[in-house]
Amino acid sequence: MDIFDVIGPIMIGPSSSHTAGAVRIGCVARRLLGCPVEKAEIGLYGSFASTYQGHGTDRAIVAGLMDMPVDDPRIRDSIALAEAAGMQFRFFEVDNLRDAHPNTVLIRAEGGGAKIELQAASVGGGAIRVEKLDGIRVSFSGKNNTLIIMHTDAPGVIAHVTSLLAGQSVNIAAMQVFRTVPGGVAVMVIEADDLPSSSMMDCLRGLRGVHTVTLLMKLD
Amino acid sequence: MDYSSIAELFALAPRVQDAVRAAYRGDSDADIRMREALHVMRESVADGMQPDLKSVSGMTGGQAAKIDPEKALGGRTLARASAIALAVAESNAAMGRIVAAPTAGACGILPGALFATEEAHGYTEDELIDALFTAAGVGRVIAMRASISGAQGGCQAECGSASAMAAAALVQLAGGTKEAMESAIAFAMMNLMGLVCDPVKGLVEVPCVYRNVIGVANALTAADMALAGIVSPIAADEAIDAMGRVGSMLPEALRETGKGGCASCKLRVQ
Repeated sequence: MDIFDVIGPIMIGPSSSHTAGAVRIGCVARRLLGCPVEKAEIGLYGSFASTYQGHGTDRAIVAGLMDMPVDDPRIRDSIALAEAAGMQFRFFEVDNLRDAHPNTVLIRAEGGGAKIELQAASVGGGAIRVEKLDGIRVSFSGKNNTLIIMHTDAPGVIAHVTSLLAGQSVNIAAMQVFRTVPGGVAVMVIEADDLPSSSMMDCLRGLRGVHTVTLLMKLD
Repeated sequence: MDYSSIAELFALAPRVQDAVRAAYRGDSDADIRMREALHVMRESVADGMQPDLKSVSGMTGGQAAKIDPEKALGGRTLARASAIALAVAESNAAMGRIVAAPTAGACGILPGALFATEEAHGYTEDELIDALFTAAGVGRVIAMRASISGAQGGCQAECGSASAMAAAALVQLAGGTKEAMESAIAFAMMNLMGLVCDPVKGLVEVPCVYRNVIGVANALTAADMALAGIVSPIAADEAIDAMGRVGSMLPEALRETGKGGCASCKLRVQ
């Protein structure tokens, strides 16, 4: 555990889980989308659904969707700022998530012709965990630089990706692979110590069996 | 070089703050970050002292400014510590910018302890930063051995932990020994053991902002006992482990669910 998780984070109150963590979840959605959010549907579950107004969870998620850091004083006014910027968004309550953490958010975001759907939980102290991405179960925190690679579940795809990373001395801190059905769509989540270059990203995109490659820069 | 107990932390280096710095493994400059944390704490005091401050729910805000240190029964330093702790906690409830220490709900306790004794004794900024490093090391041990989350361990894990961190910082600032610091941590932890997390409406306001006041008062008395040479009969690590066990015995209604304790009471206003 980092001492700056003990003295920190520096954040807009009132709650590390319901405010700072919520900003980070919005931020992950924005960064995975890769461009400004034009439209967002935000589902709140559990404690998030029952206490979001008093904790400013709604403002926090919208602030994150606008890529604000957790200590940005504009978080308080994010709803008005998002409306002024032309972002369309709507909140709804979710009551039927199986085995979900009590502080869970579902976000469907669109922008620049791209779409993303994620389920994430605020797991305490401002830390988060992304649990579902475009319908596939995943698990990552955003604390490291994270590569998210959608690919076909076929022999050799993982080996090609990891050897490319090895060739450019990008060290893998953690790696997980998830799939829907055998031979179907799969996702690799690679947390890296080093930041992959944009040329490497292009090489990864050119590999056989790889559909999309997204780099999530580590959260503040 | 790492530590997972107060005993190990204290054995790493002659000065606790140096041990915490030496064991830090992050990639940023720890002293720059700690100085920034201290500055944000100072700003949050000014923010929270505004008499017209109101939280989003309207339940808290603007109360810290009412405490008059000249009239306080417990003396000036305790009154200032209480006012500062309340101010920062109220600023947090009003979506102000604060430093979670160790959590947002307990964010007033360290600023209350540091700045009230700074006013009384004239500590330098570097001494306050050293004290924050020591507090961080103590908090890290508590997080690893027990918990700093109200949902997991109740308020004893948030305000209790902050109080133990502040007690260690106060002993260091006063020039006490490591033995005194160890006892101060144990006293602070023992004396808030069992405190439940029972936020009204599930919000970080009632009783949270007032619990920051008892947290800082507890830190001052724990430090005073230890500095007077009173040795805690229970070691700090033992008290921390016991706090963790109590946390896991607490029923869910008393762990940040907004059901039991104060959360089950009717509010006088609203």
